[in-house]
Amino acid sequence: MLEGLLIGLQTALSLQNLLMVIGGCLIGTFIGMLPGLGPMSIIAIMIPVAISMGDPSAALILLAGVYYGAIFGGSTSSILLNAPGVAGTVASSFDGYPMARQGKAGKALTIAAIASFAGGTIGALLLMVFAPALSSVALLFHSAEYFALMVVGLSAIAAFAGTGQVAKAMLMTLLGLIMATVGEGALFNQPRFTMGLMDLQSGFGFITLAMAMFALPEALFLVLKPKDAGSADGEIKDLRISRAEAKSIAPVIGRQSIQGFFIGVLPGAGATIASFLGYAVERNIAPKKEQEEFGKGSIKGLAAPETANNAACTGSFVPLLTLGIPGSGTTAILLGALIALNVTPGPRLMLDEPQVFWAVIMSMFIGNLVLLVLNLPLIPYIAKVLSVQRNYLIPFILFFTLMGAYIGQNNATELLLLVGFGIFATILRFADYPLAPLLIGFILGGMLEDNFSRSMQLYDGVSFIWERPMTLGLLVIAVILVILPSYRARRAKLRAQGVADGD
Amino acid sequence: MALDRWIALVLLGICLIYGYTAWFTMDDALAPFMRRNPIWPSTFPKVLSVLAIIASLVILLGIEKGEQKIGDIDYRRLGDYKIGQALMLLGLMVAYALLLRPAGFLFSTVGFLVGGSFILGERRWIMMFLVSGLATGIVWYLVQVVLGIFLRPLPGFLVGG
Repeated sequence: MLEGLLIGLQTALSLQNLLMVIGGCLIGTFIGMLPGLGPMSIIAIMIPVAISMGDPSAALILLAGVYYGAIFGGSTSSILLNAPGVAGTVASSFDGYPMARQGKAGKALTIAAIASFAGGTIGALLLMVFAPALSSVALLFHSAEYFALMVVGLSAIAAFAGTGQVAKAMLMTLLGLIMATVGEGALFNQPRFTMGLMDLQSGFGFITLAMAMFALPEALFLVLKPKDAGSADGEIKDLRISRAEAKSIAPVIGRQSIQGFFIGVLPGAGATIASFLGYAVERNIAPKKEQEEFGKGSIKGLAAPETANNAACTGSFVPLLTLGIPGSGTTAILLGALIALNVTPGPRLMLDEPQVFWAVIMSMFIGNLVLLVLNLPLIPYIAKVLSVQRNYLIPFILFFTLMGAYIGQNNATELLLLVGFGIFATILRFADYPLAPLLIGFILGGMLEDNFSRSMQLYDGVSFIWERPMTLGLLVIAVILVILPSYRARRAKLRAQGVADGD
Repeated sequence: MALDRWIALVLLGICLIYGYTAWFTMDDALAPFMRRNPIWPSTFPKVLSVLAIIASLVILLGIEKGEQKIGDIDYRRLGDYKIGQALMLLGLMVAYALLLRPAGFLFSTVGFLVGGSFILGERRWIMMFLVSGLATGIVWYLVQVVLGIFLRPLPGFLVGG
């Protein structure tokens, strides 16, 4: 391993490759900030550039830099504008945006930068140690377990909506799942629920829905209640995090680096599930007093998804590099780029082309460091976005949401859908319905159904639920997660009324 | 009845229509050989419709009691807020969606940004046009030239298509 490390270091530290990392991180950060352009599209755009370089190590290093940069850039727009352009950073806006509104935008960005750095670096360390062993674990997971894992994720999200809100969160999750069934599914060559409209043939666009659920209602709220805009006066107070705060987020970062990494290793799970699950787990294990802070600007609630999504990005390289199986859309595009460069990832990559394998790992360390060094000094300037006058800021937010929806699909109907869903989401917000579960349900819906269908086909029915103990165990956890909050609330109520409950 | 229960009622209606389609009409079009499959295109929607109907009934009937919270905005007093501005901005967005193709990116975007600022009360025309024009140009350059995604800059009749 030491020899490999040295080869990697030698390759990654050449002047050309260093420039690639820095350039990749910068391009990724700036394009990633535009809502609507996620890592997948940015990497796809950069592929012709990477392939024309001809050197697989340099190309992969550039693309990995772009990937990290894009994830960090996406967090920036989540935190500052509540406009997550990437599914993996949706969870960062839950606490990041409230922090920005309280005038702590600088601190939120600092925490995001540090958490991303730690998540990415610890992830890369784990990748180095566990890459070979982990690939065999990932193979044990069948579609039945993926299905159950996603059900657990969705129930955890509904459960953390809080007491008296579980039914609403459940309904929103189900609505998201229902919306995901619109259009042509992967397994069935048949359009469903399109009401005969050609534009719905390929389903609703993720970006359109994300913009409609988060950015548009937020902008409308700023219009309706102008004095709120004043709270984000652009003054960057307390950029630094205090010693106590660092102490409180350190365990979160530690836990989420590991958890996020292992979730990222599972093909199909990736940064999105890792960030939501990380948020849910940290909220559930936090002390009662801190639990109430979540969603209102808790630093733990920001550090958890930020760490987890970066660690998961690193984790998703494991199946790609060791098995040649891409675990996510982004790594699938990377796989395409590698094959075009005449490198075939797989178990033999480490033996045949050790310089590629190790150079990628080393460039992860360098990329994370570059991101931290580049972004920390830039934070005050990035946060200046908030000091733009309301009369100009709001039209621009609306314009970027429209552009985000338009660029992805190149279809003007998408813009009308965006406005329609935006109005619907605003009304839902008036009535205190949580919107995040809807979007999460929508994102996971396709994968959930595919895995469900595959298990049904393999086992010729629903018998996979009891024939696979791991699936059954996960589903039991999901049921407990949904029932627990109402049970707890009922018990607390009984206790308050003075009725003894036996223990 | 509070707004959240009205919404639950509307969603219940949507779920009933969705469920009706999944349970009764969708399978008619299924090819005979697919009927032997353990999973049909309607299987997952059937499960979803039942669960969603239960969830909306729980809210509608008030089985799960939560404390009434008033969020950032109290919808009962919408008139107190700048609802006119919000509606006009939404109208502007619809107009933008409809005009983007026919009027071209540059004109419609400058129009949208200037119109948006105007609705919000900005009256410094030179500043408005300067900022909007500059931003539109930069975004168009980035998207079209750097990223290579086609955006027609001018109205069709000016560029011959």
